[in-house]
Amino acid sequence: MTKDLSRKDRTLGETLRSQGVSRRSFLKFCAATASMMALPPSMIPTIANALEKARRPSVIWLSFQECTGCTESLTRAHTASVESLIFDSISLDYHHTLQAAAGHAAEAAREAAMEENHGKYLVVVDGSIPNGNNGYSTIAGISNYDMLIETAKGAAAIVTVGTCAAFGGIPHAKPNPTGAVSVSDIIKDKPIINVPGCPPIPVVITGVLTHFLTFGTIPDLDNLGRPKTFFGQSIHDRCYRRPFYDKGLFAETFDDEGARQGWCLYKLGCKGPTTYNACATTKWNGGVSFPIEAGHPCIGCSEPNFWDGGGFYKAISIPTENITKTTMYAAAAGVAAGVAIGATGRMKKSAAGKAHQKVTIDDLEK
Amino acid sequence: MTETELLTWARGPGFQIASIIFALGIMLRLGEILMLGRKANLAEAKGSAMSSGLRTVFSRTVPDAATFKRSAFTVTAGYIFHIGLFVVIFLFAPHILFFKDLLHVSWPALPSPVIDATSVITIITLVIVLVHRLRDPVKRFLSNYDDYLGWFVTILPLITGYIAFHRVGMTAPSLIAIHLLSVQLLMVVFPFTKLMHAFTIFLARWYNGAISGYRGVQS
Repeated sequence: MTKDLSRKDRTLGETLRSQGVSRRSFLKFCAATASMMALPPSMIPTIANALEKARRPSVIWLSFQECTGCTESLTRAHTASVESLIFDSISLDYHHTLQAAAGHAAEAAREAAMEENHGKYLVVVDGSIPNGNNGYSTIAGISNYDMLIETAKGAAAIVTVGTCAAFGGIPHAKPNPTGAVSVSDIIKDKPIINVPGCPPIPVVITGVLTHFLTFGTIPDLDNLGRPKTFFGQSIHDRCYRRPFYDKGLFAETFDDEGARQGWCLYKLGCKGPTTYNACATTKWNGGVSFPIEAGHPCIGCSEPNFWDGGGFYKAISIPTENITKTTMYAAAAGVAAGVAIGATGRMKKSAAGKAHQKVTIDDLEK
Repeated sequence: MTETELLTWARGPGFQIASIIFALGIMLRLGEILMLGRKANLAEAKGSAMSSGLRTVFSRTVPDAATFKRSAFTVTAGYIFHIGLFVVIFLFAPHILFFKDLLHVSWPALPSPVIDATSVITIITLVIVLVHRLRDPVKRFLSNYDDYLGWFVTILPLITGYIAFHRVGMTAPSLIAIHLLSVQLLMVVFPFTKLMHAFTIFLARWYNGAISGYRGVQS
């Protein structure tokens, strides 16, 4: 316990050094973070200084209706990266999947962290909250809704990790049996940073935390509450296959010549043009690749309602419903209506002709 | 409604509603026109109505010298924006996908920069055409709300499409949704305005040619 407390008191710099991270690697991380956050190089020392001195902030991680994919994404880095060490260096006081404690002991850890760090701790949420019937998802007998409300009260800010927490995600998809909602649908009085993705990019999470540790503020957010530095540009605009889109060169199927040549995946349903995320620049698995590079179209997982977007393999310019059928039925109805109106007109004309009384010379002389 | 929901609506129910009104409206009006019929011409035919009609469908595509001399601007500008509209609507890859889904036929696309340039030329030409309409006393006198509405709903998808392509001002889902909605406005208005000429022009040309052919005169 004493050892734990001393660990808590250590600054981030001290923690990193104790784990064998060199000054050079640390500064490289700071430079990469500054560049990711679109900050000028002059900000690198500021970031380094702030991170050096930062005490491990208390983080309470709430997992609601989720698949644990977001946690997997963060913890399954292929190599122990500096960003994962930074992540180790926050005081993660509550996290179902990662903590050793269970049941009442786990809940006690959460309550203790809330009390000790009231007004200063960060709440990270992954998973949506069932709002139809709170009993759909409970932890230690506490509904997700109640736990969020209770934990959010003393939070400095909330970071939603993954599309479920940010926008409702897959549980929110039609027909949404649990009445799943996002964090921002419930919490209105706290700053919320949305880091959507299914799952989100690990480096984006650490980027957001780094920003918070460096500046003590939340980063600039877009209209969906996402940090502009990571979600400011669409996948399409930064895609290395973009030149093929501009040239009109597309893969038509998954194994045609176009697919082998690495041409644009728009026709295969790529949602890159309407998706804002950093996949095309930061990439995945330690910068190895991202879905489009692996030959699969972007499914738009960092956008709200991506699951109900009319099909992953349907191009954006294609209507989501069968309008061929609709058009044919409407055209047939139109022909019928046109003929009916025309026939009515003809009948009127014919009736008027029949009703016409001829005037004879005798009539005029009357 | 979020921007994604708006886009999903525009791609789904929006297109359904617009397609119903568009197809129903067009067929209704064509049905009405064809049902009008014509009285049998009792005069002796002095030539073939059909061949003259068919010839006129194509021959009227090229303006005669006198017409061109009299209205060089109208003819030239008209050609530019009509060809521009054709290129932008039918030769842009995402649009071809739409038609492929609807008609189950496909054709090659032009590179995006070509479409981009064509849309700029078309937008500028349409603006010039409107200015000309407003400044020319005869054209202004002959114009009514139908002409201005037709112009507006035609240029709107071009502008929204251009903005969506270049992502100006808003995020992509909003811009694409607005573009789709502007196209749907065009589809809804189309059958009930002078825009209907796209479907009646060849019918009208044929009829003009057929009358002349029957009388044995040049059309």
